[in-house]
Amino acid sequence: MSIRVQSDRFDPGAELNAFSAGVAGAGAVVSFSGLVRDVDGGLQTMEIEHYPGMTEKALAKIRDEAMARWALADVLVIHRYGAMTPGEVIMMVATASRHRKDAFEAADFLMDYLKSRAPFWKKERSGSGADWVAARDEDEDALKRW
Amino acid sequence: MQVLYFAWVRERIGRPREEVQSDAATVAELVEELRGREERYAAAFADLSALRVALDQELSEFTDSLDGVREVAFFPPMTGG
Repeated sequence: MSIRVQSDRFDPGAELNAFSAGVAGAGAVVSFSGLVRDVDGGLQTMEIEHYPGMTEKALAKIRDEAMARWALADVLVIHRYGAMTPGEVIMMVATASRHRKDAFEAADFLMDYLKSRAPFWKKERSGSGADWVAARDEDEDALKRW
Repeated sequence: MQVLYFAWVRERIGRPREEVQSDAATVAELVEELRGREERYAAAFADLSALRVALDQELSEFTDSLDGVREVAFFPPMTGG
Protein backbone atom coordinates (compact mmCIF):
# COMPACT_ATOMS: atom_id res chain seq x y z
CA MET A 1 0.00 0.00 0.00
CA SER A 2 2.91 2.24 -0.72
CA ILE A 3 2.60 5.92 -1.67
CA ARG A 4 5.73 7.89 -2.52
CA VAL A 5 6.07 11.56 -3.45
CA GLN A 6 9.64 12.35 -4.45
CA SER A 7 11.82 14.51 -6.67
CA ASP A 8 14.28 11.69 -7.43
CA ARG A 9 14.03 9.71 -10.63
CA PHE A 10 12.93 6.08 -10.33
CA ASP A 11 13.02 3.00 -12.53
CA PRO A 12 9.41 1.94 -13.24
CA GLY A 13 10.56 -1.50 -14.42
CA ALA A 14 12.41 -2.21 -11.19
CA GLU A 15 9.47 -0.84 -9.17
CA LEU A 16 7.05 -3.08 -11.06
CA ASN A 17 9.22 -6.16 -10.51
CA ALA A 18 9.51 -5.46 -6.79
CA PHE A 19 5.77 -4.81 -6.53
CA SER A 20 4.91 -8.03 -8.38
CA ALA A 21 7.30 -10.05 -6.21
CA GLY A 22 5.51 -8.81 -3.10
CA VAL A 23 1.97 -9.84 -4.06
CA ALA A 24 2.07 -13.61 -3.74
CA GLY A 25 -1.37 -15.04 -4.47
CA ALA A 26 -2.45 -12.26 -6.81
CA GLY A 27 -3.11 -13.41 -10.36
CA ALA A 28 -3.00 -10.00 -12.00
CA VAL A 29 -0.81 -6.91 -11.89
CA VAL A 30 -1.61 -3.76 -13.92
CA SER A 31 0.72 -0.78 -14.11
CA PHE A 32 0.65 2.65 -15.74
CA SER A 33 3.57 5.05 -16.16
CA GLY A 34 3.18 8.70 -17.13
CA LEU A 35 6.05 10.31 -19.07
CA VAL A 36 6.88 13.92 -19.88
CA ARG A 37 5.38 14.49 -23.34
CA ASP A 38 7.17 16.76 -25.81
CA VAL A 39 5.18 19.70 -27.18
CA ASP A 40 5.33 21.72 -30.41
CA GLY A 41 8.14 24.20 -30.18
CA GLY A 42 10.26 21.80 -28.18
CA LEU A 43 9.71 21.32 -24.49
CA GLN A 44 12.81 22.15 -22.46
CA THR A 45 11.56 21.22 -19.01
CA MET A 46 8.40 20.25 -17.21
CA GLU A 47 8.26 21.57 -13.65
CA ILE A 48 5.86 20.00 -11.22
CA GLU A 49 4.85 21.83 -8.06
CA HIS A 50 2.91 20.14 -5.26
CA TYR A 51 1.42 20.82 -1.84
CA PRO A 52 3.52 18.89 0.68
CA GLY A 53 1.27 17.33 3.29
CA MET A 54 -1.95 17.60 1.32
CA THR A 55 -0.47 15.60 -1.56
CA GLU A 56 0.19 12.56 0.62
CA LYS A 57 -3.24 12.83 2.26
CA ALA A 58 -5.04 13.18 -1.08
CA LEU A 59 -3.20 10.20 -2.57
CA ALA A 60 -3.94 8.07 0.51
CA LYS A 61 -7.62 8.97 0.27
CA ILE A 62 -7.75 8.00 -3.42
CA ARG A 63 -5.92 4.74 -2.66
CA ASP A 64 -8.29 3.93 0.23
CA GLU A 65 -11.28 4.54 -2.03
CA ALA A 66 -9.83 2.13 -4.63
CA MET A 67 -9.14 -0.49 -1.95
CA ALA A 68 -12.75 -0.19 -0.75
CA ARG A 69 -14.23 -0.55 -4.24
CA TRP A 70 -12.13 -3.33 -5.74
CA ALA A 71 -10.62 -6.54 -4.37
CA LEU A 72 -6.99 -5.47 -4.42
CA ALA A 73 -4.01 -7.29 -2.96
CA ASP A 74 -1.81 -4.19 -3.15
CA VAL A 75 -1.52 -0.68 -4.61
CA LEU A 76 1.57 1.37 -5.45
CA VAL A 77 1.58 5.08 -6.31
CA ILE A 78 4.80 7.01 -7.04
CA HIS A 79 4.61 10.65 -8.17
CA ARG A 80 7.54 13.01 -8.74
CA TYR A 81 7.82 16.76 -8.40
CA GLY A 82 10.51 19.19 -9.55
CA ALA A 83 12.07 19.66 -12.99
CA MET A 84 11.97 16.94 -15.65
CA THR A 85 12.82 16.67 -19.34
CA PRO A 86 10.84 15.00 -22.19
CA GLY A 87 10.75 11.22 -21.89
CA GLU A 88 11.35 11.18 -18.14
CA VAL A 89 8.97 9.19 -15.97
CA ILE A 90 6.70 11.49 -13.93
CA MET A 91 4.67 8.92 -12.04
CA MET A 92 3.38 5.37 -11.93
CA VAL A 93 0.55 3.39 -10.41
CA ALA A 94 0.40 -0.37 -10.01
CA THR A 95 -2.45 -2.52 -8.76
CA ALA A 96 -2.57 -6.23 -7.93
CA SER A 97 -5.63 -8.41 -7.63
CA ARG A 98 -6.76 -12.01 -7.87
CA HIS A 99 -8.37 -11.44 -11.29
CA ARG A 100 -7.50 -8.85 -13.94
CA LYS A 101 -10.74 -6.84 -13.99
CA ASP A 102 -10.23 -5.44 -10.49
CA ALA A 103 -6.61 -4.48 -11.22
CA PHE A 104 -7.47 -2.79 -14.56
CA GLU A 105 -10.46 -0.84 -13.25
CA ALA A 106 -8.70 0.25 -10.06
CA ALA A 107 -5.66 1.50 -12.01
CA ASP A 108 -7.95 3.48 -14.34
CA PHE A 109 -9.83 4.94 -11.35
CA LEU A 110 -6.57 5.87 -9.58
CA MET A 111 -5.32 7.71 -12.67
CA ASP A 112 -8.57 9.63 -13.17
CA TYR A 113 -8.61 10.79 -9.55
CA LEU A 114 -4.90 11.45 -9.37
CA LYS A 115 -5.12 13.84 -12.35
CA SER A 116 -7.82 16.07 -10.84
CA ARG A 117 -7.78 15.53 -7.06
CA ALA A 118 -4.12 15.31 -6.06
CA PRO A 119 -2.49 18.75 -5.63
CA PHE A 120 0.08 18.75 -8.43
CA TRP A 121 0.55 21.51 -11.01
CA LYS A 122 2.59 21.27 -14.18
CA LYS A 123 4.49 24.10 -15.81
CA GLU A 124 5.93 23.67 -19.30
CA ARG A 125 9.03 25.63 -20.28
CA SER A 126 9.89 25.85 -23.97
CA GLY A 127 11.73 28.22 -26.31
CA SER A 128 8.61 30.38 -26.46
CA GLY A 129 8.30 30.82 -22.69
CA ALA A 130 6.80 29.12 -19.66
CA ASP A 131 3.14 28.28 -19.11
CA TRP A 132 1.12 26.50 -16.47
CA VAL A 133 -0.72 23.54 -17.96
CA ALA A 134 -4.48 24.15 -17.84
CA ALA A 135 -6.76 21.45 -16.45
CA ARG A 136 -8.95 19.90 -19.15
CA ASP A 137 -12.73 19.60 -18.84
CA GLU A 138 -12.41 15.98 -19.99
CA ASP A 139 -10.32 15.21 -16.92
CA GLU A 140 -13.04 16.52 -14.59
CA ASP A 141 -15.73 14.75 -16.64
CA ALA A 142 -13.79 11.48 -16.38
CA LEU A 143 -14.55 11.36 -12.64
CA LYS A 144 -18.26 10.99 -13.38
CA ARG A 145 -17.59 7.51 -14.78
CA TRP A 146 -16.98 6.31 -11.25
CA MET B 1 -4.21 31.54 9.96
CA GLN B 2 -1.65 30.50 7.39
CA VAL B 3 -2.65 31.21 3.80
CA LEU B 4 -0.80 29.30 1.07
CA TYR B 5 -0.66 29.93 -2.67
CA PHE B 6 0.38 27.52 -5.40
CA ALA B 7 1.23 27.59 -9.11
CA TRP B 8 0.15 30.78 -10.93
CA VAL B 9 -1.69 32.05 -7.84
CA ARG B 10 1.65 32.02 -6.00
CA GLU B 11 3.37 33.76 -8.91
CA ARG B 12 0.69 36.43 -9.22
CA ILE B 13 0.67 37.22 -5.50
CA GLY B 14 4.44 36.94 -5.29
CA ARG B 15 4.77 34.74 -2.22
CA PRO B 16 4.13 31.10 -1.33
CA ARG B 17 2.52 31.70 2.08
CA GLU B 18 1.69 34.32 4.67
CA GLU B 19 0.11 34.68 8.09
CA VAL B 20 -3.26 36.44 7.78
CA GLN B 21 -5.25 37.89 10.68
CA SER B 22 -8.89 37.83 9.68
CA ASP B 23 -12.37 37.65 11.15
CA ALA B 24 -13.79 36.30 7.89
CA ALA B 25 -16.45 33.67 8.57
CA THR B 26 -16.17 31.94 5.20
CA VAL B 27 -13.62 31.43 2.45
CA ALA B 28 -15.58 33.84 0.23
CA GLU B 29 -15.29 36.57 2.90
CA LEU B 30 -11.55 35.96 3.22
CA VAL B 31 -11.22 36.25 -0.58
CA GLU B 32 -13.04 39.61 -0.45
CA GLU B 33 -10.60 40.86 2.22
CA LEU B 34 -7.59 39.73 0.22
CA ARG B 35 -8.94 41.28 -3.00
CA GLY B 36 -9.15 44.64 -1.22
CA ARG B 37 -5.48 44.59 -0.19
CA GLU B 38 -3.57 45.24 -3.39
CA GLU B 39 -3.90 44.96 -7.14
CA ARG B 40 -1.92 41.70 -7.30
CA TYR B 41 -4.44 40.03 -4.95
CA ALA B 42 -7.35 41.40 -6.97
CA ALA B 43 -5.73 39.98 -10.11
CA ALA B 44 -5.14 36.55 -8.54
CA PHE B 45 -8.70 36.32 -7.22
CA ALA B 46 -10.42 37.90 -10.23
CA ASP B 47 -12.11 34.68 -11.38
CA LEU B 48 -13.04 32.24 -8.62
CA SER B 49 -14.17 29.64 -11.16
CA ALA B 50 -10.48 29.30 -12.08
CA LEU B 51 -9.51 28.64 -8.45
CA ARG B 52 -9.79 25.84 -5.94
CA VAL B 53 -9.46 26.05 -2.16
CA ALA B 54 -8.28 23.60 0.49
CA LEU B 55 -9.00 24.02 4.21
CA ASP B 56 -6.51 22.24 6.47
CA GLN B 57 -5.38 20.27 3.41
CA GLU B 58 -8.86 19.04 2.40
CA LEU B 59 -10.41 20.21 -0.87
CA SER B 60 -13.28 22.54 0.11
CA GLU B 61 -15.80 25.07 -1.21
CA PHE B 62 -15.68 28.88 -1.21
CA THR B 63 -18.91 28.89 0.80
CA ASP B 64 -17.34 26.80 3.60
CA SER B 65 -16.82 28.13 7.12
CA LEU B 66 -13.35 29.09 8.37
CA ASP B 67 -14.27 28.23 11.95
CA GLY B 68 -11.28 26.47 13.53
CA VAL B 69 -9.35 26.39 10.25
CA ARG B 70 -5.58 26.90 10.58
CA GLU B 71 -4.42 26.54 6.97
CA VAL B 72 -6.11 27.86 3.83
CA ALA B 73 -4.64 27.15 0.40
CA PHE B 74 -5.60 28.69 -2.95
CA PHE B 75 -4.56 27.14 -6.26
CA PRO B 76 -5.70 26.48 -9.83
CA PRO B 77 -7.37 23.19 -10.83
CA MET B 78 -4.89 20.36 -10.35
CA THR B 79 -2.95 18.81 -13.21
CA GLY B 80 -1.29 15.70 -11.83
CA GLY B 81 -0.67 12.34 -13.47
